[in-house]
Formats: sequence, structure tokens, C-alpha cells
Amino acid sequence: MVAFSIRDLNIWFGAVHALSNLTMDIPAKEILSVIGPSNSGKTTFLRMLNRLNELNVNFRMSGAVDMGGKDIRKMETELVRKKVGMVFALPLPLPLSIFENVAYGVRIHGVKNRNKLEVSVERALRQAYLWEEVKDRLELSAFKLSGGQQQRLCIARTLAVEPEVILFDEPCSGLDPVSTAKVEEAMMKLKTDYTIVLVTNNVKQAARVGDKTAFFLSGKLVELDKTDTVFTVPRDKRTDDYIRGKFG
Amino acid sequence: MNIRKVKEFFIEKLIFICGLASIFFVVLIFLFLLREGAAVFNSVSPAGFLSGRSWYPISEPPQLGILPLILGSLMVTVGAAVISIPVGVACAVYIAEIAPPSVKEALKSGIELLAAIPSVVIGFIGMVTLVPWVKSVFRLPTGLTALSGSIMLAFMAMPTIVSVAEDALYSVPKSYKEGALALGATHWQVIHRVILPAAASGILAAVMLGIGRVIGETMAVMMITGNSAVIPNSILQPVRTLTATIAAEMGEAVVGSEHYFALFAVGIVLFVISFAVNVTADLFLHKRTS
Repeated sequence: MVAFSIRDLNIWFGAVHALSNLTMDIPAKEILSVIGPSNSGKTTFLRMLNRLNELNVNFRMSGAVDMGGKDIRKMETELVRKKVGMVFALPLPLPLSIFENVAYGVRIHGVKNRNKLEVSVERALRQAYLWEEVKDRLELSAFKLSGGQQQRLCIARTLAVEPEVILFDEPCSGLDPVSTAKVEEAMMKLKTDYTIVLVTNNVKQAARVGDKTAFFLSGKLVELDKTDTVFTVPRDKRTDDYIRGKFG
Repeated sequence: MNIRKVKEFFIEKLIFICGLASIFFVVLIFLFLLREGAAVFNSVSPAGFLSGRSWYPISEPPQLGILPLILGSLMVTVGAAVISIPVGVACAVYIAEIAPPSVKEALKSGIELLAAIPSVVIGFIGMVTLVPWVKSVFRLPTGLTALSGSIMLAFMAMPTIVSVAEDALYSVPKSYKEGALALGATHWQVIHRVILPAAASGILAAVMLGIGRVIGETMAVMMITGNSAVIPNSILQPVRTLTATIAAEMGEAVVGSEHYFALFAVGIVLFVISFAVNVTADLFLHKRTS
């Protein structure tokens, strides 16, 4: 099963060629780790999948990104973003209660019934492994949670709108090792139901959770293969150098 | 080495004195107002002054009730607020969130230009265009009404409201917006459920500063509100504001007369009102930064 099929994708921001000639498939219900040094185009790649790049006024592109056989550029933007959820680098709760943070996206899509909201919120919090820790204090401000809990809250918020794909943009860059382990555990369990794309600066994290790993360098896809293969017998010397920490 | 230190010392002190000067002058002005204005309360009680329904300062004995003036100021200010707040905030939202860059620049310079027009010119233009228009549309005996003043003042409050509110909207973290968009929110949902609430205190401050400008404005209102010191029944009647009263009558008031002291007391009332408005605006701004 293929979740995304990308053909001859080029992206520019003004004069900067951020991604060039990218052709690849993203398999469904697996975790794809994306690694590479900064400015390698990995975040641009991620933000292409939910069309967030288009917020930049200098954005231009050529080529196509198909999701389930449909060109996402021809789909309604809001629908793409509902189907393709995103968790950002910094946990970013809104200045609302825990409950309202998770219910937020559901409300946006028109659900007003309190019972339905409660069902969605509980389901999402359970999926993000946060329910047990917060079930008695759902009305508390989301800012009272720890960094790791906030990040799992953001995962729950994304899950609550029932996406098909979840994009993680360096989700653990601001977290301590214990919180990181919890987020990774959540990701591993989520992949049975969701397609996950994880952009990470932490090569070890890519090795731990990714089924497949893609290595980007200067806007080009250098290598994409099973994680084990990439980390043991990479085809390209640059991949090997990056994984061993020789640059980046 | 020593010369540098001496220089440093003097420059620091000089800046310190400049800093103090602003506070010093405010205190001095307030004390002067208080001294001159308080004398009026020998002939009329503070309650009688504030709630008296007639302002005949040169009749014998003078009747010094400023209720008509307070109501005049209030009516013009509320009218201006009703017009300028929705338009100003909407304009700020458009500039901060929707307009393409070229339109944004054009609008911003347009608004700066609006702020640069002297109030007497605005009053003058209002007098020859707006006043006849109000007169014919509402079939009034005169177009010099509170409504004309409100419309003109709304234009004067707009630049303040737009630029401060736009700043507030702009300082909402980009990440809030992206977070909501990534959940599939539409642009309008992001604006009214995330950006406006997050910028609310800054927008309130913008509104208060705009209102502060309206309350203190003198020239334009004096030219187009008709200046009749009676308690207004409707916004389509001539009114006289606190500011216009001082400006119009100070020249004729005999120094040391009750009329003279009463005008200073009007000044105190104005001072207190603007001070309250500014403090409120400040509170909102601080809430935003903390």
C-alpha cells in the first residue's frame, strides 16, 4: 500500500531551490524516518505533504504529490490538512484547557455535541498515551503539563480529527530522554493505524522507530530503503558519512 | 581614564534629568490644573458641578453645570467608537492576515497619511462636505451634529486603532496559526478562533488608545458639532464637548472669575478621563507582554 506517491517534485522559495527532482513513494501504515543535515529539504518535504509550504508567499513548485491516487494540489486544502495531521517541533498547546485543546480540531470540523466531543477527546488521549495521566484534570490549563505531556497532548489533538497520516517534525527535539521514549512508544503503536512520516535530527531515533529511512542532502533524496539496510549497508557513501557523524 | 569616567557620569545624569522631565511636567501641569480648578468649588459643589444641567457661565449668578458637556463628549466619543472600532479592527485583520504584500504596504502608508492630516484640516473638510451631507440625508435644520463629529473623529481614531491592533495581531506567534491550519482549520477559523483571541488584549489597548485620542480631540469637534451646551436627546442634535468648551471660552473668560476657574475644572475632568483611558490601555498592553 502506498500512502503518497511523489513524482518529479521541485520546490522553490524565491530563488532557493529547496527540493529538486524528488520521486518517491511513502508506504502506508509504516514509519518513514527522514534524516539529513539542516537545509537538506527534509522539513520542506514534510510540509509539502499537508500543503503548509503554501503559506510562504514565495513558494513555487512543479511536479505532483498524489495521496490515495489524487493530486493533493487539486484537493481542498482543509481536507488535505484534516487527513494529514502534523505534530510540530515545539509542543504548542493553545492557551486553553487540556480538554479544549484536544477538542479544538474536532470543533473546527463542525462537531458541537458535548458527548461526541468527550468521546473523541478520550479516544485521542488514550491513543497518545496521555489519558491515564490527565483524566482527572481535563479542565486544567494545558500549560500546567510537562513538556513531554504537552507534546503528547499535541499528538492527541492531531489524532482527534481522525487523520490518515501523521507528520512529525522533530517532535522530540525539546524533550528529555524519558519523554522522548514515551513519544516514540506512542508512535510505534500508532503505525498500525496510521501512516507516519518522522523528520528527525536524531539519527538514532530514526534507527529506533523507522521502518524505512530516507536521507536528504541539499534538497535531493540520496537514499531511501529499509532502515536496517540504510544503517548497515548504505549504498551511498554520503549516507554512511552522515550516519557515522562525519558531517551534519 | 578619569575624563572618560567624568564624561560617562555627566551623560548618565543628563539622560536621567531628561527622563525625569516628562514626569515632572505632568505633575506640574496637574498641580496647576488642580490649584486653578479647585477654586470653582467655592461657589458650586463638586456634585453640583458634575451633574448640573445648565452651563451659563456668564449669566448672573453663573450656572456651572457641566453635565451637558460631559454628555456631549460621551455621545461623540461613543459614536466615533461604534464606527471606528469595527472598521479599524477589520482593517488591521486585513492588513495583518489577508492582504498580499503590495496591498499591505499601500494600505499601511495610506493609514500613516491619514494620521498625518492635521485635525483642523479634517474639521474643515468635514464642515464643507460631511455637514451638508448629514443635513440633507436626515433632513435636519443643521448638519452640525454629534453624528458629524462622530464620523469625523472615527477617521481620526482609525490610524491609532489600526496600527496598534495590527502590531498585536502580528505578534501572535506564527506557530499558533500553523498549528490550527495543520488541523484543517480554514483561514477565517484561524483568524477568529486563534489569532483574534490571542491578540485580544493588544486589540483592546488599541481601542482604548483610539478612544483616548477621540476624547482629547478639540479642533475638529469644535468646527462640526454645533457647540450648543444643552443636554442632547439624540445623536442628530448639536452638542458641545468638554474640549471645545475650554477652547472656545478660555479666550473670553476673565482671569480669576468663576468662569475661568470652572474651565480649569473642566480641564481636570478631561485629564482624569484621559488618564483613566490611558491606564486601562496600559494594563491591557502589559497583560499582553507578561
